Amino acid sequence: MTAPFSWIRPEPHGIHVVPADIWVDPSRAVPRALVTHGHADHARGGHGETIATPATLAIMKLRYATSDGAVRVEYGESISLGSGVSATFLPAGHVLGSAQILLEHAGERVIITGDYKRAPDPTCAPFEVTPCDIFITEATFGLPVFTHPPITEEIGKLLDARTENPDACILVGAYALGKAQRVIAELRAAGHTDTIWLHGAMEAMCRLYEEHGVMLGDLRLVSDATKDQMRGAIVVAPPSALNDRWSRRLPDPITAMASGWMRVRARARQRGVELPLVISDHADWNELTRTITEVNPQETWITHGREEALLRWCELSQRRARALALVGYEDEDD
Amino acid sequence: MEEFAALLDALVYTTSRNRKLALIAAYLRSAPDPDRGWALAGLTDGLDFPAVKSSTVRNLMMERVDPVLWALSRDFVGDTAETASLLWPEPEDAAPQAPLTLAEVVERLSALTRATAPKKLPLLFDRMDAKGRYALIKLATGGMRVGVSARLAKTAFALAFGVAVEEVEEYWHALTPPYTELFAWGADGGPAPDLPGVPRFRPFMLAHPLEDGEVDLKDYAAEWKWDGIRVQLVRAGGETRVYSRSGDDISASFPEMLTVLPMDAVLDGELLVRGSTQGGEAGGAASFNALQQRLGRKTVSGKMLKEAPAFVRLYDVLLLDGTDWREHPWKSRRATLEALMGRLPASHFDLSALVEAQDFSALAAIRDTARDEAIEGLMLKHRDSPYVAGRKVALWYKWKRDPLLIDCVVMYAQRGSGKRSSFHSDFTFGCWDGDPDAGAELLPVGKAYTGFTDAELKQLDKFVRQNTLNRFGPVREVKRELVFEVAFDSVHTSKRHKSGLAMRFPRIHRIRWDKPAHEADRIEALRALIKD
Repeated sequence: MTAPFSWIRPEPHGIHVVPADIWVDPSRAVPRALVTHGHADHARGGHGETIATPATLAIMKLRYATSDGAVRVEYGESISLGSGVSATFLPAGHVLGSAQILLEHAGERVIITGDYKRAPDPTCAPFEVTPCDIFITEATFGLPVFTHPPITEEIGKLLDARTENPDACILVGAYALGKAQRVIAELRAAGHTDTIWLHGAMEAMCRLYEEHGVMLGDLRLVSDATKDQMRGAIVVAPPSALNDRWSRRLPDPITAMASGWMRVRARARQRGVELPLVISDHADWNELTRTITEVNPQETWITHGREEALLRWCELSQRRARALALVGYEDEDD
Repeated sequence: MEEFAALLDALVYTTSRNRKLALIAAYLRSAPDPDRGWALAGLTDGLDFPAVKSSTVRNLMMERVDPVLWALSRDFVGDTAETASLLWPEPEDAAPQAPLTLAEVVERLSALTRATAPKKLPLLFDRMDAKGRYALIKLATGGMRVGVSARLAKTAFALAFGVAVEEVEEYWHALTPPYTELFAWGADGGPAPDLPGVPRFRPFMLAHPLEDGEVDLKDYAAEWKWDGIRVQLVRAGGETRVYSRSGDDISASFPEMLTVLPMDAVLDGELLVRGSTQGGEAGGAASFNALQQRLGRKTVSGKMLKEAPAFVRLYDVLLLDGTDWREHPWKSRRATLEALMGRLPASHFDLSALVEAQDFSALAAIRDTARDEAIEGLMLKHRDSPYVAGRKVALWYKWKRDPLLIDCVVMYAQRGSGKRSSFHSDFTFGCWDGDPDAGAELLPVGKAYTGFTDAELKQLDKFVRQNTLNRFGPVREVKRELVFEVAFDSVHTSKRHKSGLAMRFPRIHRIRWDKPAHEADRIEALRALIKD
């Protein structure tokens, strides 16, 4: 009889499922990988075999131009990994195709959340609370100052700014995978039917979302527009383009940014953001603590983010917890 | 309070001066009295609530939030007021209460004592959201840090109500928050505030630069342009105040000037420190550098008063013995001022002498000696000019000596803000600390972001992008290849800079695309120009 949970081992470059010699979200190429979702810090290219949801595999194919070794697993479906280990993919509510991975071995259950959130999102399936023994969670926004307001409030701010500045355009910085499509879908849900102009780097991912049934309305490329066409319009670009040469073609842009970090004024000012929109695809502090409470595991492991504060909360709530020193996950642009 | 909190938040995220003005003006038009007056005072740090300190807020939080979670949060956010506003545990089932007005908040804050603050402040916090709490704590503890100077606030007031900013300045300092009379006049078309016996500020008369061309010395008188700070000394109702050019009350920094004016008057002059740098022994004034240590102090030590005693070199008289001289021609005011000197203590006042010359070319020759005398240049004043607020064409000219020039190598470039946010437009440049061909290093000597055209800015931005060595956030270190001919007014010793030097008003005079970096100047060349 081996020690409990010795079959799952956190290493600096990912979580190792030892009996099956398979890695979860490894930050370097491995023979066999389970991938929670398509963001580049979790889904690296070059693995021999990549096990993920169909949408995540489609995103990886778009990004790495290859789908060698892809193994599709639908939400709710279990797959045997060999040596008595099975994996079940459950929705994580983070971005299209994002999954928690439930690993089972010798009667022990471990969930790796990848990135997740609990707030509703029209572009992906909602997080499912599932009982387990060890809950391995992210903690990107693991500080009590981070509470994300309802997205309708933030979309309202964006639409108000547009109405108040009919001669300018509102340039929204949003992560190209997930955040951009969510902002667009929420704008549509709020009744905004006008053309939304895109930075070129957004186009392919938006098309992929539409192919997966997420309708985004009339989208066109900034490179096809005249300055006057973009007056009074909303433009969506990756955060890195906000203050770069690319933005010079826009008419008096008001710089907005959709990110959980916008909760803190200094973060917005650092990036020259004039209209901060607190919109995040990660769980905020209340969602993190509520999720741990609901899942109610024997032990909580924390992969990345501001893990000290969440560890402290677990300690105060008399929950067993540990922080894993994983490298290579970053969410500066969420 | 909600409106004020929203204004404060909008100002936090706005870098453009025009947008800040528009935001404040819109608020001043829509907010009621006396809220808008309190807001104006809050924005310009004109309010003080001694019972509430940053530590008061921290202590309140410690009673409600786990200290470890507080410390981790405070470290991340970097601001106590903001962290507290976000972490305050909001009451879950509080009965809805009418929102507080800003005036009610100010009233409640004023009533607090050290003893009652810990009990009463939470009641205010409970009635607000995070944005409101942030504004409340900033208001209570001071230091808004939203880039709103007194000048900007006055300009916004003028913009909001279509009145002259000079008039706003004139009344502003004579009134106290919430400036009820100011709004009654500006916003509601009432009479101008009647303020006898208050030492109030009058807007300065300013000069245009004399670019090219000449003036006839029959019409214009010449004076040295002394290198201190322009001040207005006002005595009324037995109280004397010193105002800076922007209308800020700097009396606290210069206590020696508050007891020496023997009559009610408004005088215009240059505040200087005793010394012999400017104009030699006869000039009697130390360099600007010596004056600088006296600026921005709330209290002044006896030692400093003795080592760097201040005095005012008088240029003009605006009011004296109940007479307003501003409408009178300069020559009459000058005669009045000269006659006045006998009634003023020589220990604290002297008269800015006129510079006599046969003709303009003789004057130009005298101006060329200004550098050796460490003086900024000459002023030319029309003999018939009234004293009018602001810059009026053809009345007063400043005729600065030609700038100094030095060749420097660009070391770092930073992105600008607003329209320049995608361009690297702020440059740090250096001089060699020895022979560049024998392994000398560059020492940074200054920063500049003006002096080039839009077309040149594009070329410079391209150069920076193509020659980047390192990035530090918005700053890029570039290859030591590009030479700027930098123009500056003077150079002084400085402990704050690694090079030990600080330039005044550096700007980029020419971009020397043609000049190899190793031919740029050495630090000794710059050091030789020091006149401290």
